[in-house]
Amino acid sequence: MASLDDLKKRILSVKSTQKITKAMKMVAAAKLKRAQENAEKGRPYSEKMNNIILNLSNGISDKENAPKLLAGSGNDKVHLCVVLTSDRGLCGGFNSNIIKKAKAHFSKITSEGKNLKIITVGSKGYDQLKRQYNDKIVNKISFKESKNINFFDAEKVSKIIIESFQKNEFDVCTIFYNKFKNVITQIPQAQQIIPLKSSETGNDNEKDNYEFEPEEDEILSNLLPKNISTQIFKAMLENSASEQGSRMSAMDNATRNAGEMVDKLTIQYNRSRQAAITKELIEIISGAESL
Amino acid sequence: MSEEFKLEIVNPEKSFLSKEDVTEVLIPAYEGDMGILKDHISIISFLKPGILKVFSKSGEDKYYVEDGIIEFKDNTLSILTSSIFSLDKIDRSYVSQSLSDTEKLLSKEDLDDQSRFLISQKIDVLKSISSN
Repeated sequence: MASLDDLKKRILSVKSTQKITKAMKMVAAAKLKRAQENAEKGRPYSEKMNNIILNLSNGISDKENAPKLLAGSGNDKVHLCVVLTSDRGLCGGFNSNIIKKAKAHFSKITSEGKNLKIITVGSKGYDQLKRQYNDKIVNKISFKESKNINFFDAEKVSKIIIESFQKNEFDVCTIFYNKFKNVITQIPQAQQIIPLKSSETGNDNEKDNYEFEPEEDEILSNLLPKNISTQIFKAMLENSASEQGSRMSAMDNATRNAGEMVDKLTIQYNRSRQAAITKELIEIISGAESL
Repeated sequence: MSEEFKLEIVNPEKSFLSKEDVTEVLIPAYEGDMGILKDHISIISFLKPGILKVFSKSGEDKYYVEDGIIEFKDNTLSILTSSIFSLDKIDRSYVSQSLSDTEKLLSKEDLDDQSRFLISQKIDVLKSISSN
């Protein structure tokens, strides 16, 4: 059995760990609030952009000559996967969830005999993927230096994607990120951005008669690269809100577990102290009796 | 009331401006400047670098925009742009910095006509801002 001193030390160290996790939880809570606000503020832009694109792609008369970013390159051989993760750890299952989702997708692609290319955004994703997929990773991007998520970072990522698309280096592009639902739930998402999925187009109940200036295809070819930046930016915002939410609940759990551990150790400490006292008493009494 | 429509300017990060009492907006559209009044036909177009003028009951506002998309529909004008600055508050150092950067771009050889046009537009506008 551990001595009294050892128990005391353990209780102290668990307590100081608890202090750290508590502080991290509070920091995450404050950051979460900001990240959530940012995600909400960014929503109108991406929604409007989506609407305009939908209207435009409905208005396009001949789909044959549609820009490649919309229609795809006509092949389905090389898949590019962009995995968006965080730069910091200690955020529960946040990164592992994205990676799990992405890995499932990867093995599906490779089992179909298609080529796979990976771009990781955020250092944690690279750390987790490099062991298994090191030869597939074509680029790794990290925004450790930038404090806030800004649009320029998203534009940098989309520039890399678009440039390599124009060089015919891939046919289909999918991004992986965590969608923020609430503090406890974040849903890993796979979203195809090239070619643009027209599943949401559905049946166009109201066909708007827009006037286009310049022509539709010219607007589209200008708009589509912007849309990719917007989608990536949206994913980054959702991701940062998810990261903070996930960290907050992870740290909350850690704090609670530490509390339970302190309670248990304290009981053990008290019991062994009591046992020591009883033992000493017995020794004194039996010593007195033997005289 | 009857002559007013709604204007919304959104950035990727946030909603930049939202106004209900706008009477006229002058837009530096890609194929030439365009004035938008109430009951304009639904239109989608995009912007070239230039000055955006907003006329409303409360006065006239000017903004410098670099790029963006506009959509007018049901008397709501939405402008989506990643770079917009109010002319009153614009940072002089940003203007001169941006001007010299853009001039460097123009000196490159491998430009197509379209981007050359956009760049020279930008330079003209920036020059006119800094000379004021």
